[in-house]
Amino acid sequence: MADTVLFEFLHTEMVAELWAHDPDPGPGVSAGSRGEEVGATTGQKMSLSVLESMGFRVGQALGERLPRETLAFREELDVLKFLCKDLWVAVFQKQMDSLRTNHQGTYVLQDNSFPLLLPMASGLQYLEEAPKFLAFTCGLLRGALCTLGIESVVTASVAALPVCKFQVLIPKS
Amino acid sequence: MAVCIAVIAKENYPLYIRSTPTENELKFHYMVHTSLDVVDEKISAMGKALVDQRELYLGLLYPTEDYKVYGYVTNSKVKFVMVVDSSNTALRDNEIRSMFRKLHNSYTDVMCNPFYNPGDRIQSRWALLPVSASSPGGPYFLCPIQSRWALLPVSVSSPGGPYFLCPIQSRWALLLCPIQSRAFDNMVTSMMIQVC
Repeated sequence: MADTVLFEFLHTEMVAELWAHDPDPGPGVSAGSRGEEVGATTGQKMSLSVLESMGFRVGQALGERLPRETLAFREELDVLKFLCKDLWVAVFQKQMDSLRTNHQGTYVLQDNSFPLLLPMASGLQYLEEAPKFLAFTCGLLRGALCTLGIESVVTASVAALPVCKFQVLIPKS
Repeated sequence: MAVCIAVIAKENYPLYIRSTPTENELKFHYMVHTSLDVVDEKISAMGKALVDQRELYLGLLYPTEDYKVYGYVTNSKVKFVMVVDSSNTALRDNEIRSMFRKLHNSYTDVMCNPFYNPGDRIQSRWALLPVSASSPGGPYFLCPIQSRWALLPVSVSSPGGPYFLCPIQSRWALLLCPIQSRAFDNMVTSMMIQVC
């Protein structure tokens, strides 16, 4: 019952906590307004990468725990389908709305009502704040892919809340 | 009775390998290493099969005159290899499968442990303990031998005599020094039985 919101509350607090340290200037900053701005942005980038790495570790554990009993992944597309269905249902209780690919290593996963963005707004309000709420989930996807044997780069973009797109780039080797 | 169990990462290096210390460990390490080829062969053979459901359990990899080697692979390409004594004919396929399932569950728990970095050697005291204690046909020596409590009930109740898990640093094992001699072992074991 309350289970679904537990993770949402935790996630909101995580983002808020990591962002609370943002006003501190980053390393190597000198006095002056220009220096403080640079410090602030490096602080922001650090928070984003901290969130992403947290998501990565969680994704690694989930990637081990979720696929069960059968070797179901014959190719990359199967793994992506697993992410869209099983992983998303396990974490967000819904499936991903659409998966598109160019069959050359780029996949775009679109979620039309992303649960972590849903309570915030609907439309263009808070658009600048949205990326930090997506960092953890990007890491989650990257971690799950890593356990299942695929190195990737995952980025997210928001055009209008709560629709968001996760782009998975798998470099050809 | 399993004499050796190994967890191999997908890059084919061992994450965890334990065998009964009474015999030459290197022999088992070598057997596990050679069985990796058979595992890879089976995986690629399965990859070509058109069947949708492919098993995680690989079955008997190869038999030697004293031992049989069984394999299991997870979805994350982590391989489990188990070497079993051939003389124990009572060990059936189902039992091996259930042992592998327990091993898989324990490995998943290790993966979820926040203090474990994926890719490191598994050093947890409690990892894989349920596998050792509850496997049929006797104990399997899976825990690093620094746990105070691990395998204490196991060593007492195993058929065919006690197994010496030296150095046992448990307070309750009544040992004052690492076990080096068989006579001392026998005496200690009988004491342990009395305690438990």
